[in-house]
Amino acid sequence: MTIIEAHNIRKSYGSLEVLHDVDLLVEEGEILGLIGPSGSGKSTLLRLLDLIEPANAGELSVFGIDTVTDRGTWLDLRRRMGMLFQRPVVFNASVYDNVAMGMRYRGAPRDEIERKVKEALEAVGLSRYIKSRALDLSGGEQQRVALSRVLVTDPEILFLDEPTANLDPTSTATIEEIVTRLNREAGTTVLISTHDLAQGQRLAHRVGVMIEGTIAQTGPSREIFREPKSQRIARFVGVQNIVPGRVVAQREGLTVVEAQGKEIFSATSPPADEVEMIVRGEDISLHRRKPGYEEAENLFPATVTAIEPTAPFVNVAVHCECDLVALVTARRAETLGLEIGMEVWVSLQAKAVHLIPQAGR
Amino acid sequence: MNGNPIIEGFVEAIELIITLDPQVVEITIRSLYVSLTATFFAALIALPLGALIYFYEFRGKHAVVSTLQTLYALPTVIVGLIVFLLLSNVGPFGFLRFLYTPGGMIAAQTVLIIPLLMGLTVSALSGIDRDKRYTITALGASRLQTVMTIIAEARFAVMSGVLLGFGRAIAEVGTVMIVGGNIRGATRVLTTAIALNTSMANYSLSIALGIILLAVALGVNIALSLVQRR
Repeated sequence: MTIIEAHNIRKSYGSLEVLHDVDLLVEEGEILGLIGPSGSGKSTLLRLLDLIEPANAGELSVFGIDTVTDRGTWLDLRRRMGMLFQRPVVFNASVYDNVAMGMRYRGAPRDEIERKVKEALEAVGLSRYIKSRALDLSGGEQQRVALSRVLVTDPEILFLDEPTANLDPTSTATIEEIVTRLNREAGTTVLISTHDLAQGQRLAHRVGVMIEGTIAQTGPSREIFREPKSQRIARFVGVQNIVPGRVVAQREGLTVVEAQGKEIFSATSPPADEVEMIVRGEDISLHRRKPGYEEAENLFPATVTAIEPTAPFVNVAVHCECDLVALVTARRAETLGLEIGMEVWVSLQAKAVHLIPQAGR
Repeated sequence: MNGNPIIEGFVEAIELIITLDPQVVEITIRSLYVSLTATFFAALIALPLGALIYFYEFRGKHAVVSTLQTLYALPTVIVGLIVFLLLSNVGPFGFLRFLYTPGGMIAAQTVLIIPLLMGLTVSALSGIDRDKRYTITALGASRLQTVMTIIAEARFAVMSGVLLGFGRAIAEVGTVMIVGGNIRGATRVLTTAIALNTSMANYSLSIALGIILLAVALGVNIALSLVQRR
């Protein structure tokens, strides 16, 4: 069942347009990750979907209820959802009172509040602070208080706005674990925005990429990372090689692309004559000598031009008529005995070469 | 005695305080009564008004807040003059017979500190940042619950404002002099008594009252820092 349905959402603050043409469908029970650079509108979109503020235009249904025509239902709908913000927000009161807030707003009976608050604090490992002043806790602990405060209200949809940015690894792990468990056991639908690509990949069933105020691409994270639809998305998801070229032939179901005199095979059918080859650094393998048995369709010698360690990996730039960057593990780099000017063999599978039409042509 | 009159004044002043001189006690109690009552009434009026200004969007809101901030420095003699005219026999409230009574002084000080309390209430509530307001909304608070939560969250900042208002009331001399008339045993308070006794070269009483006034101001400051540390 579709739990959130948004079409053509637009939002401006004064003359600043933050969101435009946003279309989004969220299925009940899924974890959707929203990734994108800072300022791309992720937080604003989550606030609109959680009905904290209205959009300027567009259609939005939550739980199958049209929220644009019927503003009277907003409070009831909002009480079926919950949101955790990037900056830990706690109120000047005890941890207990902080966690109880949402349940008190809903007029829950006192003994139920007490039971659930204790349970929730237990789950985030903060039981011993139940009577402490929330403001005295560390940032990570405050964020866990904020998460418990949302969880005790049993949200059917949980919005997380960069919930673990600037948090210590323990708090991050606790929060991630609780969110995945909640999704798995209670079937809670989760929308999480993050600029941490690894987190998006780790948690989300499906990822949406936001670029400049709109959702540029949605799909399984594997697809977003390997087959980005545009250069901007490719750059954002950390593709090291975006190489312009032109389609010269099609052979045995493969597309042959020529880039600076070098022919490279791709498994993508040609989207245009002038294309960009999108190749992730980790898909490029380096070898000391020509491999005896190699399945990769692209196999050619090259010269190492630069070595840049980014622990635990090493970025290796190679030249072979066109320039490529390979990502190898530090250990593999050691085994290969890489040094600048050295001759290596490069292998690259055709299906790791994704083609997109060249921008601005 | 042939010592320095100022040093003698100090010595006598300490005596007056330690022996709880009836005149000193009476003036101190009246001062506290007038200013505390004025602060109470001002808070009763200014806090809800300040909250209204904060929570409701209307045209000219910014101008209202700026005006309030300008009125923080409202000259006390101007307030004294206006309240005097209002309460005098020819004024619209002459029938109340409030002129030269503690009641009139309370009214004058109330008027004096209302802008301060309103302005400080608005800024105390504005101190609740956007993320907190989003959080309250996201937690499912109704309109009324939102207002109550924000006020509760700003309680210490609002209390600081009230304490500052009391500090301004007890320390001012302009309105109580004009509206109260500094009548011995009826409307004489710490500040007007100090002014009068100093001009009459009655230093010891002035110094004694001055020490008390400073002690009250110090007490307010201690209370302020306690509140602000929350």
